[in-house]
Amino acid sequence: MTTVTAQDRTAAFDAAVAADERIEPRDWMPDAYRATLVRQIAQHAHSEIIGMQPEANWITRAPSLRRKAILIAKVQDEAGHGLYLYSAAETLGTSREELLDKLHSGRQKYSSIFNYPTLTWADVGAIGWLVDGAAITNQVPLCRCSYGPYARAMVRICKEESFHQRQGYESLLALSRGTPAQHAMAQDAVDRWWWPSLMMFGPPDDESAHSAQSMEWKIKRHSNDELRQRFVDICVPQAEALGLTLPDPQLKWNDERGHHDFGPIDWTEFREVLKGNGPCNDQRITQRKQAHDEGAWVREAAAAYATKHATQRPAEPTTARTAPGEATA
Amino acid sequence: MTESTDWPLWEVFVRSRRGVSHTHAGSLHAPDAQMALRNARDLYTRRNEGVSLWVVPSTAITASSPDEKDSFFEPSGDKPYRHPTFYEIPEGVKHL
Repeated sequence: MTTVTAQDRTAAFDAAVAADERIEPRDWMPDAYRATLVRQIAQHAHSEIIGMQPEANWITRAPSLRRKAILIAKVQDEAGHGLYLYSAAETLGTSREELLDKLHSGRQKYSSIFNYPTLTWADVGAIGWLVDGAAITNQVPLCRCSYGPYARAMVRICKEESFHQRQGYESLLALSRGTPAQHAMAQDAVDRWWWPSLMMFGPPDDESAHSAQSMEWKIKRHSNDELRQRFVDICVPQAEALGLTLPDPQLKWNDERGHHDFGPIDWTEFREVLKGNGPCNDQRITQRKQAHDEGAWVREAAAAYATKHATQRPAEPTTARTAPGEATA
Repeated sequence: MTESTDWPLWEVFVRSRRGVSHTHAGSLHAPDAQMALRNARDLYTRRNEGVSLWVVPSTAITASSPDEKDSFFEPSGDKPYRHPTFYEIPEGVKHL
């Protein structure tokens, strides 16, 4: 084997990215590429985990058994998405413990959308339609991200997100077509979630700190503004079909551009929420830490059990006795 | 037992239906093999994606080095005669 120089490695990395190949965990990669991915994947994973809270808030008060079962499945999916993403982040050399620690201590962020409260049942529908809809718009291009494990996690997640969005839309539609009070509740939820959903795409392109480099590395495939525009264009006819209005008087079709124009976004609000001054920032992190601390005895008991059995009966092939498929029955 | 270290990492392989191989689906942390199997069921087969699961400790996997990939796989690179398309067969000859 010949010695691989730093130049060779950089060239091989650049060539792989240019050729639209995937970078895999044991490939050499620039430190900044690794750091960018850890930051982005961790933030994404944390968002899935924190995102369980606003919706779980309504599980016990879901209006029917059907809606309750759906909501439980959705919240369980969010936990699963968080775990896929934590695993992807760990392939870059960080640990689960470190990731959770950074979430709990505020050194890594999660999407600011989850710092808004879910005030009524209609919020669950609005989150499914708008928040998950915005997430899908963001995430579909990430399935082609240059980092293999992240791209593969996103493929799995995108398949599952589609159910999330459709259940939310169906739920809002039921309310919109219900009593005047139910219709008003649906409209109120859309009024509150619309603008924060548009903020989910991040700051405008000319103010986005990491965008240009991420695009160059093919971690990101489209700019924030481009994805935001795509989302607005998708939502307008969907809102019409719902019989609900989007809370933006400046929203209208622009024939020349072939897109909808929309009003200015309140970036001051975005920055405030990001800084920790949103309605629920403290509550989200407090509950997350509490859940983690209260689960400590379970983790310790499971580890103690594993240690005990590892010393008593080394390498016992208990799994072999489980017939294929039995565990899923 | 303190939680100063994460549970071991396991690689999960799913057989999507009878007749096909197990395919790598992803990884997870679990304290032991049985818990890994149950966690894998909850994490990777929530929508009937599998009829069988394998979990393997990640540390048990030996992998080839990406830095050596050219030299490691090179021996098969100059043997095109291992492929059927290498051979020229006259027009019209069938079942070959």
